[in-house]
Amino acid sequence: MAAEQVARPVSSEGGPQTTIETNQQSARGNVVNDFSIQVATVNGSGSQSANLVLLRSIFRMGIPVSGKNLFPSNIAGLPTWYTIRASKDAYIARKKEIDVLIAMNPETWQEDMLSLPPGAVAIYEESANLQQLRGDVACYPVPFDKLTAAVCPEAKLRKLVKNMVYVGIAAHLLKMDMAAVEGALRKQFAKKVKAADLNWAAVQAGYEYASANFTKHDPFVLEPMNETAGKIIIDGNTAAALGCVFAGCTVAMWYPITPSSSLVEGFIDLAKRYRIEESGKSTFAVVQAEDELAAIGAVLGAGWAGARAMTATSGPGISLMAEFAGLGYYAELPGVIFDVQRTGPSTGLPTRNQQCDLLSVAFLSHGDTKHVMLIPGSVKECYEMAQTAFDLAEQLQTPVFVMSDLDLGMNNWMSEPFTYSDKPLNRGKVLSAEDLKRLGGFARYKDVDGDGVGYRTLPGTDHPLAAYFTRGTGHNEKAQYTERPDDYFNNMERLAKKFETARSLVPRPEVVQTGKAKIGVIAFGTSDFATRESRDQLRKEYRLETDYLRIRAYPFTSEIHDFIASHERVYVVEQNRDAQMLSLLKLDVKAEDVVRLRSIRHFNGLPIDARSITDDLVTQEGI
Amino acid sequence: MATPPVTSSAETSKAAPKTNRIGLQVLDYRGGKTTLCAGCGHNAISERIIDAFYEMGIQPERLMKLSGIGCSSKSPAYFMSRAHSFNSVHGRMPSIATGALLANHTMQALGVSGDGDTGSIGMGQFVHMLRRNLPIIYIIEDNGVYGLTKGQFSATADIGSKLKTGVINDLPAIDLCAMAIQLGATFVGRSFSGDKKQLLAMLKAAIAHNGTVVLDVISPCVTFNDHEGSTKSYKYMQEHEEAIAEIGFVPYFQEIDVEYDPGTTIDVKMHDGSHLRLRKLHEGFAPTDRVASVSALMAAHANDEVLTGVFYVDTAKPTFTELLNLVDEPLATLPDARVRPGKAVLEEVMQRLM
Ligand SMILES: Cc1ncc(C[n+]2csc(CCOP(=O)(O)OP(=O)(O)O)c2C)c(N)n1
Ligand code: SF4
Ligand SMILES: [Mg+2]
Repeated sequence: MAAEQVARPVSSEGGPQTTIETNQQSARGNVVNDFSIQVATVNGSGSQSANLVLLRSIFRMGIPVSGKNLFPSNIAGLPTWYTIRASKDAYIARKKEIDVLIAMNPETWQEDMLSLPPGAVAIYEESANLQQLRGDVACYPVPFDKLTAAVCPEAKLRKLVKNMVYVGIAAHLLKMDMAAVEGALRKQFAKKVKAADLNWAAVQAGYEYASANFTKHDPFVLEPMNETAGKIIIDGNTAAALGCVFAGCTVAMWYPITPSSSLVEGFIDLAKRYRIEESGKSTFAVVQAEDELAAIGAVLGAGWAGARAMTATSGPGISLMAEFAGLGYYAELPGVIFDVQRTGPSTGLPTRNQQCDLLSVAFLSHGDTKHVMLIPGSVKECYEMAQTAFDLAEQLQTPVFVMSDLDLGMNNWMSEPFTYSDKPLNRGKVLSAEDLKRLGGFARYKDVDGDGVGYRTLPGTDHPLAAYFTRGTGHNEKAQYTERPDDYFNNMERLAKKFETARSLVPRPEVVQTGKAKIGVIAFGTSDFATRESRDQLRKEYRLETDYLRIRAYPFTSEIHDFIASHERVYVVEQNRDAQMLSLLKLDVKAEDVVRLRSIRHFNGLPIDARSITDDLVTQEGI
Repeated sequence: MATPPVTSSAETSKAAPKTNRIGLQVLDYRGGKTTLCAGCGHNAISERIIDAFYEMGIQPERLMKLSGIGCSSKSPAYFMSRAHSFNSVHGRMPSIATGALLANHTMQALGVSGDGDTGSIGMGQFVHMLRRNLPIIYIIEDNGVYGLTKGQFSATADIGSKLKTGVINDLPAIDLCAMAIQLGATFVGRSFSGDKKQLLAMLKAAIAHNGTVVLDVISPCVTFNDHEGSTKSYKYMQEHEEAIAEIGFVPYFQEIDVEYDPGTTIDVKMHDGSHLRLRKLHEGFAPTDRVASVSALMAAHANDEVLTGVFYVDTAKPTFTELLNLVDEPLATLPDARVRPGKAVLEEVMQRLM
């Protein structure tokens, strides 16, 4: 690590700070709208509402903000951290350093305190005496229990209400707009007026305690901006669910697994609201399956019969879906599979983030199988790509995987509002009874149009020549069983051609290029935010210009090949150990371009941050 | 169901050929030439399926044929070519059928499986299909072995039965019918591929039923399990088959003329108006009582009898697709306007998120 040259202190992840420099901006005055808050609690303690109120209050003040929940695979009793980042420059990746700690968990508060950088703020339960651990942190001890008891006579509710006290303390210390806080809180409790009043009283108690007892001795403040007007806050899973509702998805079959469950649950909520007709009957069917084998089987069965069908899962479910995924590819069945990735291998860290299923999904199943993957890089793309996925699946008659991840799927992100698509749904090449009458028959797997995609019919088509035999065994153009070498070969070649058609149809990458930089950076999905921020760090701190390309789909389109070929060195940033995207690129690019590729990987279960990328890149560049 | 045919594929013959009630000939229900061994029980079952759908006058285009993997699962290629067919993966046909029926709940579904396909690798999906009462006729072509992988024991092989190689099975058989009754199937029976009359009557009643039909059809594998010491051979079946009741079936489109004795015969009115007449032949016959039906099966096992016939019928329980409260038309082909909410809806959602 090039620590000497870095303007800001660098710490190893989670460990205590080694440099003694105080926050570099404190000497110059306030740090405005550019810091992170971490709330350390116990899961099951009901802190989520308080954290969302904090997040939404900052949003209401017009300040760009993002929130991340680092939670354990457990229902109650283990440590949880919620991190909020306010950023006037609209950086929404995780910030490595914590600036304001709200330490509510006795199990971790010592360690939480020790890992703060010098100059940080700590708000904690008075009796914890954390000030004796660090002389270089601004300490604000609070008698939480006493304050809570005063506003909440009902002992049962105190555990929950206590969380709102820290909202009040933070509101005062960070100079938040109390009207924004109240607005956020009342929205949070919507119709539950009594609960809202009680919680608001707790916020005020915290606020008043802080104003009566604390003299501010830290630089962190929030000032109103005008950067969030008209924006929305949503998590990626709900955004994808919304995409499914507007894509006309009619069948969903799923098996619950973190971090994907809220996608289907979101679909159920939205579909119940918007997809039930006046007759009271549904235009959708959602079924909880016995396992992921059944979930993907039903998706393919429904796709075969003509429905827009989806499932959502994560790594372990993907593994179970392997055999069916191959059938989907070979028998050419549409279907959409959301893979909300989490840390593997095996059960791994089920509630932590990773981009680790790229290789297994790209080739999911045995034999020469290849799949189309769409890779959303924002909540807006979760919404849009959900729709694209259904179109592509039917257009290409193949399973399409949407590669989201826990960070994108389960965390709240600020976004431009989503736009409505007026384009008719693309239902692909389907022949009707009238078509068959006119054509006098059809051959299911014949490449009539030269794009590798044949015409299909749906069960129930009222014509004696409509039916064909779908199978995972060798088949010829007429879908008849065959073991003939030429039939097998030609069919596989056609499938390869179809994959080339996919290459021309999938979302193209986003390219940010000056044409002058020698260094290119490639990222995708949730590595995007930190990579953008890192490019700014490289420019400001090292005067290093980089070009940038964000991959949005597999197979790779020509822009990706061109980008690699036109840079001396190209860093591929990703969140897994084995450089899976780099491996896919190596298989695809020209041999002479492979040597240009470098790797930056982040895989400790936490979302990637800009500083880690910057440090790694400058080290590899020998700067 | 009773829609007239689009065309008849054999309009050329001079003497008016024999047709069914919708004007189709048996020919219209035929499939490709079988590639199974001569004498394989599965072929006889395919023949009965053809007869049953022909006699019931089902439009072939209204049927989806689904199967797993095995010799048995190949057989949908050998009957009713005018019906869409899906030969899927080993043991996982129920999920394909589930998805297909969700996509289009107006279709009829026929699943063909084997004892290996159902009783081992496919057990998980099989039991959940039963529990849901998916509207499908699910036929297990049961030969006690894995035919396609050359004769290993399956989970329906009886304890003490012998392979050609002399290997003895020392594990108890799973009775798929008992399991189906217990777990929620609403029409459960067992037959024998060699018993033309019984199997045909059962298939016709199955077509008239709305819900999960499980038919465990003993279907000897002449190549790997038809020898002395097998309990799934033609000879063993001829010696041990014991019908629980005589099956009479009167389809809804035929006049009921035969009288029956309510003392010995149970009359079941089927979903489509057909009548199933079951004349008791065996102790413990009580086709509307799950507990009695399962115990009759268990008693038969203890006596080395292979009980056949319809063991259980429930015509009242709603099917899985009915429970889902779907619109009347197939979900698969609803127009855009019915599956994509308008722009105002998106705007409303966006407002809530601001
Ligand atoms: C995942 C998987 N494992 C194993 C096989 C090999 N296999 C093919 S058919 C079969 C058994 C079929 O037995 P059964 O269902 O009884 O059908 P039968 O051939 O006896 O009619 C097996 C094990 C397979 N196709 N797929
Ligand atoms: S091996 Fe057995 S089950 Fe397979 S076709 Fe031959 S007789 Fe039938
Ligand atoms: Mg078998």
